[in-house]
Amino acid sequence: MILKLEGHFWVGNMDIINAIVLLLNYIFVPALSYGSQLALGAIFVSLIYGILRFAYFTAGDLMSFGTMFTILFTWYFQSLGISLGIFPTALLAIPFAIIITTFYVLLKDKLVFSYYRTKKSPPVQLAMVSIGTMFVTQAIVRIIIGPFDRRFFDGEKFILKANEFKEMTGLNEGLTIKSTQVTTLLVTIIVVSILFWFLNKTKTGKSMRAYSDNEDLALLSGIDPKKVVMITWVIAAILATVGGALYGLDKSFKPFTYFNNMLPIFAAAIVGGIGNPFGAFLGGYVIAFSEILVTYAYRKFFIYLLPESIEPDGLLQLLSTDYKFAVSFSILVVVLLFRPSGIFKGKVL
Amino acid sequence: MRENLNVIAAYVIMLGLIILVGFLQSWSIALSILCFCLISAVMTMGANIQWGYAGLINFGIMGYTALGGLAAVLVSVPPVREAWQVGGLNMILCAFLIALMVFSIRFIIKKYNKSNKRNYGIALVIITGLVLLRLISGPAIESIEAVSPATTGFLGGMGLPILFSWIVGAFFAGALAYVIGKIALGLRADYLAIATLLISEIVIAVIKHEDWLSRGVKNVIGLKRPVPYEIDLQTKEWFINLVAKFNQGTLNLITDALAKEQMLKQLVIEGSTVFVKLCFAGLFSIVVVILLIITQKALYSPWGRMMRAIRDNEEAANAMGKNVVKQHLLIFVLGSAIVGIAGAMMVTYDGLFTPGSYRPMRYTFLIWVMVIVGGSGNNFGAILGGFAVWFLWIEAAPIALFLINFFTSGFEETNAFRVHLINSIPYFRYLMMGIGLLLIMRYRPKGILPEKIKHI
Repeated sequence: MILKLEGHFWVGNMDIINAIVLLLNYIFVPALSYGSQLALGAIFVSLIYGILRFAYFTAGDLMSFGTMFTILFTWYFQSLGISLGIFPTALLAIPFAIIITTFYVLLKDKLVFSYYRTKKSPPVQLAMVSIGTMFVTQAIVRIIIGPFDRRFFDGEKFILKANEFKEMTGLNEGLTIKSTQVTTLLVTIIVVSILFWFLNKTKTGKSMRAYSDNEDLALLSGIDPKKVVMITWVIAAILATVGGALYGLDKSFKPFTYFNNMLPIFAAAIVGGIGNPFGAFLGGYVIAFSEILVTYAYRKFFIYLLPESIEPDGLLQLLSTDYKFAVSFSILVVVLLFRPSGIFKGKVL
Repeated sequence: MRENLNVIAAYVIMLGLIILVGFLQSWSIALSILCFCLISAVMTMGANIQWGYAGLINFGIMGYTALGGLAAVLVSVPPVREAWQVGGLNMILCAFLIALMVFSIRFIIKKYNKSNKRNYGIALVIITGLVLLRLISGPAIESIEAVSPATTGFLGGMGLPILFSWIVGAFFAGALAYVIGKIALGLRADYLAIATLLISEIVIAVIKHEDWLSRGVKNVIGLKRPVPYEIDLQTKEWFINLVAKFNQGTLNLITDALAKEQMLKQLVIEGSTVFVKLCFAGLFSIVVVILLIITQKALYSPWGRMMRAIRDNEEAANAMGKNVVKQHLLIFVLGSAIVGIAGAMMVTYDGLFTPGSYRPMRYTFLIWVMVIVGGSGNNFGAILGGFAVWFLWIEAAPIALFLINFFTSGFEETNAFRVHLINSIPYFRYLMMGIGLLLIMRYRPKGILPEKIKHI
């Protein structure tokens, strides 16, 4: 009798649970990992905007540069037979790639950007210069590794497979969690918490924020601008490499896709209030979630929830997936119109 | 005079380079480089008006180019009657609905003060409008796209001569620029850059995926031409005679009649492509010259002086009673319209419209490299930039091959490093563009031919 009742209870709520699992599987989990990858990019774009004061158009290509070296080191470790077991070897390669990327951005700063900084050129000119470095970085990446799609993931692919989940819970809907998604989330949490601890608690971090708020006042109080700039670039290199490598692990590495990712990254940075790293971090998730929420077809979701008599016929998709990018850009336009300083109040521009 | 000499020397060198390509590679290649140089020149003139005259950054050039291309399709392709029958009415209804939405939003904005209520009203209009649009257009689009999808599957165009599209393209691009300008021109410079870049990406997404309008990624091929076709030329008496006349020297050397005829046939085929490209180059030159005259006149008119005043000191110009916002919008529209012409010209030249090929690297950033390298604010400089950068973009591969062979001549032919470098030759053009841009920005920040203002 009790068993029967329990069973009945389970069946009655099955549909709601199925619907929730469906959304988790197709919206929440992918958006969370994609959002983390965007957030890492948006944070460094935002930091560069706040401290160096220009729009850094090389952002996407710097990420592909870092990822390229992650891949090269991964291949090297694989050829040596080193692996991390169930974790992707790339995690081991990332620190080495960060070192090279850091050297690259510092070299670039010395050769290119420092000249304009000391001359106090207008931000527009620096943005143009960053387009020049974008071309160069793109060329370097394509010459070294080629323009093709590359996958460098190894280790265990799934943490939770759809079938296992179904067997475990007895639900109709499966929940798939890829190990790359979990890795992305964990690494993002670690990196971002260290970063915000650094920016908010350490002396150097505070001096960076002071420099970002008011350059003249910061210089007067004895903050060394060279150090601030250098640390900004180092942080940019770290975030670019980590974010790029995570994106590559989760999807795949292709220089052109990375260049295109620059656009949602900028959107995230602006939506979050450019110059405000924490806003950019949240902006990444805003962009990712809205892209996926708007382009997801809700048909199955409503079939679970609604009684059979009023089941929907159409796909119930607000916009076709072709307009994925367009969604984030429209959000950006709306934000620019109504709150130019971003949802989370960045620098007043 | 000395400065004019600079300009003349730069252009002579440029033309000399193109002629050199004609001798070294082939005249067909040289002429297609010339045609694309001219198209690029039109684009750079558009960007230069915005950046050089008024200091506005427009990273949406790709969007306007694509709209110009779309205009070429919509003007020249004959209408697909069947598609109009099944879905035309609904699409017209949708157009009216959009117009209604725009007017009602304008009405709300004019009538009510800024308040939450007003925002809700606007949101309500937009949402109901979108739902209605979806309901009306959905089935219509489906039935339009079902009309022989392999060949048409879209509404088609007007069936007019394609030359009209150059004007229509300008109007399309100008209209888009008006909307974007209204939204984004109040933003600070680099915000404007990012916003326009993203909006152009939206434009491309729409053109790519609204198949009923543009066939999307299925491409539109076989557009009409304003110049003769090669096949027609090859059968024309006068053309064969012309080719024979040009190549008398070579033909007279051959004594055998049959071989002579063979040779002539070969020459006619080659000659026809060259002739077609020459026609295109002529047409494009006319556009460039007309635009150049207009822009030069504008630059040295009171209006041009006002624009420069606005660019150099917005507040002072504002204080003098110049309407900065209005002028910015005007110049944004004008510059974009010129880019739209270039977009239509390019599709006319190619004879096909491929929405998938519009990429920001090629259509936005490369154009900006041209403007900056050439000399912003100087029309002659902008055109020269278009020529020089496009020439380098195309000829980068042979140059890179030469350099690689030169520097790696110590290695063996099969050396892995050398083979890898030779395989990645296509990407050296990015390197050259980047380094070129960086060098120019560092050592000649005003470009090859800097802006010079005549003081009267």
